[in-house]
Amino acid sequence: MDKFRMIFQFFQSNQESFMNGICGIMALASTQMYSAFDFNCPCLPHYNMAYGLGILLVPPFILFLLGFVLNNNISMLAEEWRRPQGQRGKDPAVLRYMFCSMAQRAMIAPAVWVSVTLLDGKCITCAFCTSVPVGTLGNASHPLLSQGEIQRVLARIPCKEIYDGQELIANEVAVRYLRCISQALGWCFVLLMTTLAFLVRSLRPCFSQAAFLKSRYWSHYIDIERKLFDETCAEHARSFAKVCIQQFFESMSTDLVAARCQLPKKTPEDAGEASKKLLGITDQGTMNMALKSWHRCKPPLHLHPPALPSGNGQAGEGQPPVHSSTPQRETAAYYSLV
Amino acid sequence: MDRFRMIFQYFQSNSESVMNGICGLLALASVKMYTCFDFSCPCLPQYNMAYGLGIMFVPPVILFLCGLILNRQSLVMLDEWRRPQGHRRKDLAVIRYMCSSIVQRAMVAPVVWIIVTLLDGKCLICAFSGSVDPEKFVGFANVTSVQVEQLLAKVSCKDDELMRNNTSRKAVSRYLRCWSQALGWSILLILIIAAFLARWLRPCFNQATLLQARHWSNYIDMEQKIFEETCCEHSRLFAHKCILHFFESMRQEIKLHSFNLPREGERDEGEEDLLRGITDQDQVNKLLKTWYYDKPPLDVSQATQR
Repeated sequence: MDKFRMIFQFFQSNQESFMNGICGIMALASTQMYSAFDFNCPCLPHYNMAYGLGILLVPPFILFLLGFVLNNNISMLAEEWRRPQGQRGKDPAVLRYMFCSMAQRAMIAPAVWVSVTLLDGKCITCAFCTSVPVGTLGNASHPLLSQGEIQRVLARIPCKEIYDGQELIANEVAVRYLRCISQALGWCFVLLMTTLAFLVRSLRPCFSQAAFLKSRYWSHYIDIERKLFDETCAEHARSFAKVCIQQFFESMSTDLVAARCQLPKKTPEDAGEASKKLLGITDQGTMNMALKSWHRCKPPLHLHPPALPSGNGQAGEGQPPVHSSTPQRETAAYYSLV
Repeated sequence: MDRFRMIFQYFQSNSESVMNGICGLLALASVKMYTCFDFSCPCLPQYNMAYGLGIMFVPPVILFLCGLILNRQSLVMLDEWRRPQGHRRKDLAVIRYMCSSIVQRAMVAPVVWIIVTLLDGKCLICAFSGSVDPEKFVGFANVTSVQVEQLLAKVSCKDDELMRNNTSRKAVSRYLRCWSQALGWSILLILIIAAFLARWLRPCFNQATLLQARHWSNYIDMEQKIFEETCCEHSRLFAHKCILHFFESMRQEIKLHSFNLPREGERDEGEEDLLRGITDQDQVNKLLKTWYYDKPPLDVSQATQR
């Protein structure tokens, strides 16, 4: 148990830092994704806004969902939410705490994407280049251009190579203007997010600190209990499998002996570990039969009470169960007493 | 217990260094953010000042708030400040000490940003190029006031078509940069002298109070950490007992409902413990189903009394 205790302490004390680590990695991944992404503004009047705002808003949504998917605790939350009440009451405060802490962590990567996008400026430049105030920044009274034409020309602002509206409004002027707006929006967004985070973190101790401590304790408890239960089941499954297989070998060996009407050789008292581990199967034919039988006819998932042959002749005392396997047990008992 | 003791000694000796480390990381992050940030002055008369001063002052506010958020001790301090008095008196000196140490550490990254901005000069050139006296510079002297406003606003944009061949642009830019760097170095000098004096003169005033406040603020921090560790340990043990109790009650139920007489004979004790009386597929399925549909109550008093 000591080993498990150390592992669980590690998980418990480091679960928060583990989740924070995943959070940080996703934030870095989102900046890396942005720099790897090859932004190509379509430079067409109706497509610019859709493309620009799409790149600004769709990846954050994906990153938010990914944040939930990568969080192991989501299944724990769902399980706790949906389980029948039974003998243990459900506390909605605990569910709320779990959901809030997961949502807060999942919000970081999308916020990083939106900030990086706004501070870089390409998306806003692409999306809003047709709304540049030509009157103040350029020559609004340019003749021979209908509204539609102006829109088409302005839509090409992000694509310097094909821009042909230098007389209408200089490309650099428009780009600088849009980028300034974008960066101002970006810094305001970051300031807003940081202020919100600060308020959430600092106002919590002022209200309901006791309720918070309670929710935190029980949400950790649910997590630990689930892990411990899984570990206990795994241990149980291992023992079950071990006993089941040992019983299988035993039954194979006694079946074959009964079929051949042979008396097995007397097992010497000091046979040692190796012959105990042979479980009564000592020749090629028997082993082959055992392997074939394992494939064709696996034993039922039902362990017989006299589970293990524990060495040289001390197994098998006590009442035999009232099963049809009784004769075999008696036989095993007899033989192992020899 | 030895392991716990080692961990707690580590936390004790390194709580200050963890906070100093975070402070240093934030300062480095602020320099990195500044170099990565693509500063582009709008070069428009109404927008320059807002942009330049905005870039100089908004990120420091963000960095300050980040410094407060990332510092664990701020939560501890708030907790101590807002708790009901109960049996333990509240010492305002301790709270003040904690507050001042948190604020000092949080101020480092914003100050670094402002100084780097001033020493670089781009922000001030962008913000104040429109406020320069045009008479001092040959290229802007004989121009109408509306045009001079436009021209001066474009000083930061060297690639602009109007500025490309303007010799006075560099003059204005150098002038403003000189002011900016002078301001930057002066602020740095003043801050370092202030820090130096504060550190040297502090022992002359209230040293005993300071030692007490520092001791008790460390104590509160430690106590909080140990409480959390103890709660974790407790919840682990609670879960362990609860699950064992559950398996045991399942075993009892199976014994009651089935007609198998339990075998009392010799069995390998290790395997017996691990199997906990659950020995076939149906029993395992029943156990798992019960675990989902009917979790045991959070009450291990019977288990502990055994």
